[in-house]
Amino acid sequence: MPDHSLKSVTPLGHDMPESVTVGPITIAEVTDIAMASVAARQGRIADVADAAQKIGVTLPEAGRHAAGTPCSAFWTGPEMWMVEAPFATHEDIVAALKPVFGDAASLTEQTDAWVRLRVSGADLPRLFERLCNVDLARSSAGDAIRTMIEHLGAFLLIRRPDEIDVISARSSAASLHHALAAAAKSAF
Amino acid sequence: MIINHPLLGPRDAQEFVYLGDARLIERPDGLAEGAAQALHDHVFLRDNPAGEHRELWFHEQGDRSWLVVTRNTLTHEITRVELARDVARAKGRSK
Repeated sequence: MPDHSLKSVTPLGHDMPESVTVGPITIAEVTDIAMASVAARQGRIADVADAAQKIGVTLPEAGRHAAGTPCSAFWTGPEMWMVEAPFATHEDIVAALKPVFGDAASLTEQTDAWVRLRVSGADLPRLFERLCNVDLARSSAGDAIRTMIEHLGAFLLIRRPDEIDVISARSSAASLHHALAAAAKSAF
Repeated sequence: MIINHPLLGPRDAQEFVYLGDARLIERPDGLAEGAAQALHDHVFLRDNPAGEHRELWFHEQGDRSWLVVTRNTLTHEITRVELARDVARAKGRSK
């Protein structure tokens, strides 16, 4: 195998993940999670649910996130999920999942398509009410909501009331980061 | 306007894209007798009711499912929201 000596960069374009703190809010880039989309093939939903048990996760209901070991998953659409795994052990996540799901599901590598910003701090509803339509006051830990932030499609994974992962297109990572930081400055 | 998504609950209409009359689901068989006329009617002819209307909406900034929304075009009142998949399957399409 040739040695290309390529240097990997984070979605925000640096060697190491960025983290900024604005008042009580911390916005941290997270790069240690690999992702793949899992779409059940026609009539194979039960097989997909069984296979997911083997990678340590119970596939969540609509609009929810389920944590597991080694894999976690969140719902993205009818009969479709995004499976998450630690990057260190699952860098080639499709190769790792394919033997488990076999021909019951279609898998696509998603790791490099997304940026994940972990927003933590007290009073997150005050921040997100400036950014999107989601009513955080009525949502609970474990919700996975797809919505729009500054015209960008984004998933909000509500890990805890004071910690939310925002997942959006890697190509507009800097715009999303700017939107979150600017809203945090205006809110606090 | 709020659309009460059958899986996700009430969501803002901003997240959705409108396609048109839900009869678009009922695409005629292109190989049957009189297919040219049937396809012409399917593609070009629409009712334009002042009142209850069944229409297709796409949850683009959400779970990307197609919905059949029954909406009153005079009041914008939404009386029913179904997954287009379920509507099509009930008609024996898209098994």
